[in-house]
Amino acid sequence: MSRYFIDRISKRGVFTLAMVAFLILVFVAVFMLRESLPALSKIGLGNILLGVKWYPSHDSFGILTMVAGSLVVTLLALAMAVPLAIGCAIFLAEVAPPRIRRITRPAVELLVGIPSVVYGLVGMIVLCPLIARFSGIGSGSSVLAAAIVLAIMVLPTITSISEDSIRAVPAQYKEGALALGATPWQTIRHVILPAAHRGIIAAIVLGTGRAIGETMAMVMVIGNSPVFPTNLFAPARTLTGNIAVEIAAATGLHESALFTTGLVLFIVIMIINSFGLIAYRRAK
Amino acid sequence: MRLSPKSTQRLSWKLIWAAGIITVLILVFLVSYVLTKGLAVISPEFLLTPPEGGLSGAGGISSCIVATLWLIAITMAILTPLGIGAAIYLTEYAPDNRFTHFIRYSVELLAGVPSIVFGLFGFAIFVLVLHFNYSILAGALTLICLLLPFLVRSTEEAMRAIPLSQREAALALGATKWQTVVHVVLPAALPGIVTGIILCVGGAIAESACLYVTMGGSAAMPTSFLSGGRTLAVHVFYLAMETNALDKALATGAVLILIILMLNLITKWLSRHLQAKMEGG
Repeated sequence: MSRYFIDRISKRGVFTLAMVAFLILVFVAVFMLRESLPALSKIGLGNILLGVKWYPSHDSFGILTMVAGSLVVTLLALAMAVPLAIGCAIFLAEVAPPRIRRITRPAVELLVGIPSVVYGLVGMIVLCPLIARFSGIGSGSSVLAAAIVLAIMVLPTITSISEDSIRAVPAQYKEGALALGATPWQTIRHVILPAAHRGIIAAIVLGTGRAIGETMAMVMVIGNSPVFPTNLFAPARTLTGNIAVEIAAATGLHESALFTTGLVLFIVIMIINSFGLIAYRRAK
Repeated sequence: MRLSPKSTQRLSWKLIWAAGIITVLILVFLVSYVLTKGLAVISPEFLLTPPEGGLSGAGGISSCIVATLWLIAITMAILTPLGIGAAIYLTEYAPDNRFTHFIRYSVELLAGVPSIVFGLFGFAIFVLVLHFNYSILAGALTLICLLLPFLVRSTEEAMRAIPLSQREAALALGATKWQTVVHVVLPAALPGIVTGIILCVGGAIAESACLYVTMGGSAAMPTSFLSGGRTLAVHVFYLAMETNALDKALATGAVLILIILMLNLITKWLSRHLQAKMEGG
């Protein structure tokens, strides 16, 4: 075989692979939409999105309680994780002595890869009993437990990406500010953080996406009752948990309603990621 | 009240140290808790007997290890050529037009879709429509959809980092485009590509949601890629939710952490080793 022949064949080959990859992804999106159609047409988007009752046996499929569950847990988690993560990123990039940095950096990277069920497990064993004892109600499976577990899970992600973007700020900026007599904190606050802010925003957005998409760890610590998350110490349910808990037993309209749940998640994540992508591109 | 620069400096430094220390302490606590509690339970017997399944927490994790290995083998056998081929096309061949931008944009967007959404898709397509039932194969195909955007992106990044001048030199010497790709670009990008592949293996090991809904969670020893099964991560979930064997869940978690740690060390070593080799060191 001549090398020119191989050249032509391989070009077709990689083109085909790229198209297969692309079509798989398009197919996932189209399929999700198609499977949600029965529920969307029979129940209506409004009734699903704004309905507060999820009783599959009575054909009522409102997911508002779960939308609220996902949002409340995610926002609480971010409120705890973001200040800590940015503080830790500043610490690792600017403040910590090199010796400490050499240990913590790989440790934070390792934690990004640890399975979410392990976080959920520790939450279940350590956190839930504490919360149960403190609040005096139930088993401790609660919105608060879910938010804390989620905060710990996104901590490494936000920390490591923020640290990268703080490190990417040119050293001259910092030296210029220090030479003008600014204190190290003034330099960080008025020079380094503004220069790195887009990367930090991207880190937060990526963390948010991960938090909203988290499934099994949430199922393990949130209690999974489809009710509004009005009490920090009471159970709730997330959109992701709704799918995981019910899919195996679902048929017909119920199954379609779960696909609609998936579709809502898909769209929420797409919107968040588009923002993240834009922020990240600008940061470059 | 306005604080002087000196006192804000002192205060902020305290807060930053506190944030650093709290974060590190939380994470150290988590890992050491799982490892100390878990390693106490791990024994050769634990690793070599299958779990009893159901509501019983008895037994070990042998069938989960086997199911995890099956899953990784099938997933990577399909995912690696597909992801790397697609990345080669996108970096080396794709014309700079709207269609290419569209492909790249959809790959980037799908990289963030939660695994349970892919799980839902895999359940409907592979388990129900294609009649693979709950099986390792259905899990692997779902996992491929989940990991594909990530692998394409990381491979593309690795290839893009190779300077254009190296390609031009090869082409100027009379190499065809493909020869340039195979003999110049891919070898130079290898550390980055291999790191991406290992991260995918790590992702497969850590994944639970999309496998929970596609593999069925049978505790029996898998006999082929069409039998159901549970990976180590899914086993942790079952033990925690359906049994009282929390000590065994922690032990399985410890095994998972050790595997992830090992993969991390391998990527570190690999990138340093290959880097040194390429620089002629």
